[in-house]
Amino acid sequence: MTELGPDVRVINGNYAAAEAVRLVDVDVIAAYPITPQTPIVEYLSEFIANGELDAEFIHVESEHSAISAVVGASATGVRVFTATASQGLALMHEVLFIASGLRLPIVMAVANRALSAPINIWCDHSDTVAQRDTCWIQLYCESNQEILDTIIQAYRIAEHEDVLLPVMVCFDGFTLSHTLEPVAIPDEERVREFVGEFEPVHCRLDPEEPMTIGPVGGPDCYMEFKKMQHEAMERAREVIGEVNREFSDAFGRSYGDGLVEEYNTEDADYIVIAMGSVCGTVKHVIDEERPDVGLVRVKAYRPFPGDRIAEIIQDREGVVTIDRTHSYGAMPPLWTDVKAHAPDVEVSSTIAGLGGRDVRPEDVLRAIKVAEEGKGTDEPVWINVNV
Amino acid sequence: MSEMEYTIGAVIKEPGSTRRNKTGRWRVFRPVLDEDKCVGCARCFMFCPDGCVRPAEDAFKIDYEYCKGCGICAKVCPVDAIEMVLEEEME
Amino acid sequence: MSGRKPRLPIPKEELLAPGHRACAGCGSALCVRLCLKALGRNTIVVTSTGCIEVTTTPYPETAWEVPWIHVAFENAAAVASGVERALKALDREDVTVAVFSGDGGTVDIGFQALSGMAERGHNVVYICYDNEAYMNTGVQRSGATPPYAATTTTPAGKVWRGEMRPKKDMPRIMVDHGVPYVATACISHPQDLIKKVEKAKETDGPAYIHVLCPCPPGWGYDSSETVEIGELAVDTGMWVLYEVEDGEFRLTYRPRERKPVEEYLKRQKRFQHLTEEEIEEIQRMVDEQWEELERLERER
Repeated sequence: MTELGPDVRVINGNYAAAEAVRLVDVDVIAAYPITPQTPIVEYLSEFIANGELDAEFIHVESEHSAISAVVGASATGVRVFTATASQGLALMHEVLFIASGLRLPIVMAVANRALSAPINIWCDHSDTVAQRDTCWIQLYCESNQEILDTIIQAYRIAEHEDVLLPVMVCFDGFTLSHTLEPVAIPDEERVREFVGEFEPVHCRLDPEEPMTIGPVGGPDCYMEFKKMQHEAMERAREVIGEVNREFSDAFGRSYGDGLVEEYNTEDADYIVIAMGSVCGTVKHVIDEERPDVGLVRVKAYRPFPGDRIAEIIQDREGVVTIDRTHSYGAMPPLWTDVKAHAPDVEVSSTIAGLGGRDVRPEDVLRAIKVAEEGKGTDEPVWINVNV
Repeated sequence: MSEMEYTIGAVIKEPGSTRRNKTGRWRVFRPVLDEDKCVGCARCFMFCPDGCVRPAEDAFKIDYEYCKGCGICAKVCPVDAIEMVLEEEME
Repeated sequence: MSGRKPRLPIPKEELLAPGHRACAGCGSALCVRLCLKALGRNTIVVTSTGCIEVTTTPYPETAWEVPWIHVAFENAAAVASGVERALKALDREDVTVAVFSGDGGTVDIGFQALSGMAERGHNVVYICYDNEAYMNTGVQRSGATPPYAATTTTPAGKVWRGEMRPKKDMPRIMVDHGVPYVATACISHPQDLIKKVEKAKETDGPAYIHVLCPCPPGWGYDSSETVEIGELAVDTGMWVLYEVEDGEFRLTYRPRERKPVEEYLKRQKRFQHLTEEEIEEIQRMVDEQWEELERLERER
């Protein structure tokens, strides 16, 4: 573990998220507890209570108010943070569009969890994937180290003048949020140097220079603002890559090209495409049993690195996506996004791990088999399900 | 409209810019102040929802560029110094 | 030119520019204009979705001379909480944070966020401009619609007689939150309103002012009568002007002789369907409420 550096602590994913927020020195935090995100709120409260983090904490009465309060604080010109999961994220839905529409560089951690009904506190991606059209950058993590590193990077990405969009850092509930892993804690000074002081670019509520934020935009201008958001999201691709490289230079760690991580893809006959902690299981299967398989881990779901993925999956024996959510009455979202960029490639679709159902090595092998058999191309194959 | 500038996040950096919108066009009746009658009580100034009644050296000036002709000023005047006159009848 | 030199009983500075699209004779626009005079330039305003937001900020124009933000309908109090704490983080606590929100955005959909803001004790001046229905969407009833008022969702017919529930007593609910300064006001009494906003501004912690704002199209009267209708609301006791400072109740205006409620009701289309019995019932409700307030006043 020496390559991790001197300050290595064994911490869970929620602590890694809170620690990143402390290192970045966020000014205002508003958050509401929800399983499996709750410990983030507790850790941050503890940091502030003990004087380890100098931030204002707003004990809001709902997630709707959590995101609303950080929108207000961000527009006033400070660095903000919030965190949620599942129902809480769904409750925020309305304001997510507004945060990106106002182009506020908010960073939010989401400990991925299934949505009701039936009520279920365990992991899948139905909460965050359902928010894919809100114009938030979405970055998915595979390890606790990556959670910490990605939150630090997220501030650089969100605040970049070419981007100015909010960022959601997603990590699997319980699998990461409550699981202990060794994590290298970077030096506080170096993190602050990396992130820099927050300087509002396009707006700030200040009586010295009065601005109107959040006006009515009619048919004569609404579409222009939406296209500008699209363009910012497109520019974010480059910025995410740039920040990933700079982070690597500063701290010695990187995650693929920042958008996509490839594992054993070079000579692989089969490719698995997935997001989040299940990728660790896929890597394990590749290492132990299937050297002929490669993994494409989608780190950035928005902006979606479709062209890059299309390139990687050309000329293979088989390709399969593992979705931890579904778009009922259609094909699953990850499959659909991949196919949109690679219409000529045969891609199999599987659904696994909903509501915390374990995705075991044998389930990954089954998904690979779906690709081998050329199934799941017009209807998803549900893995490890009893109906 | 073709010259509209699209700012990042639709932020408006020109305070008070609704002044470009001359709401005086809405007006059907025009409030006409008889300065001789005016006692300077400022009720017309206080109650104008559009801030169109401005204090002047003598009495008040009504800003017809924006006055929507609601008639509140005439109604609240304790000495009937403001008369509402049909725009078409104005010379 | 024999006009008298004007005496201005309220500040001259206008912080709401003309050219906004509020209806002619709008009580709510008047309310905002008056309140801003008391709040002054060193203020950040949060507005919830509604008439004021829509009519003052059609991109690329704004009527606001002070920094202003609108996020959504139900969350103005939460946004203001964030603004206030950000100012604290920036060491800019000299800046006043004020909310303008309609009755729907306050007593209905914005209730939870306001309760949270009040309970947490944010230093925010929250002003509810109450026109007693959802006027921006075309006069649908809200929790602040008074009994018997006809709206498009509480029409007066054979079965329904207009709104059939009492008006939600939001100022009292704010008092029960322990809000240190709570007041009611009406646009017909600008000096009283401005004094209250000034007090609210000086209050350490949350302050809540509930302002009755007559609405010509929604209530059904001529645009010139906005102030008169407000005066009648106050003089009949349909709307009472008071303040509660640190829990202590005080009437700030007492009509010399209370006028019959009929004088207020008969002037508005929304009450045109009322029978004599119904008017008497409203009179009884107002009499009872007035007695209760007199009792509070005596206890002081």
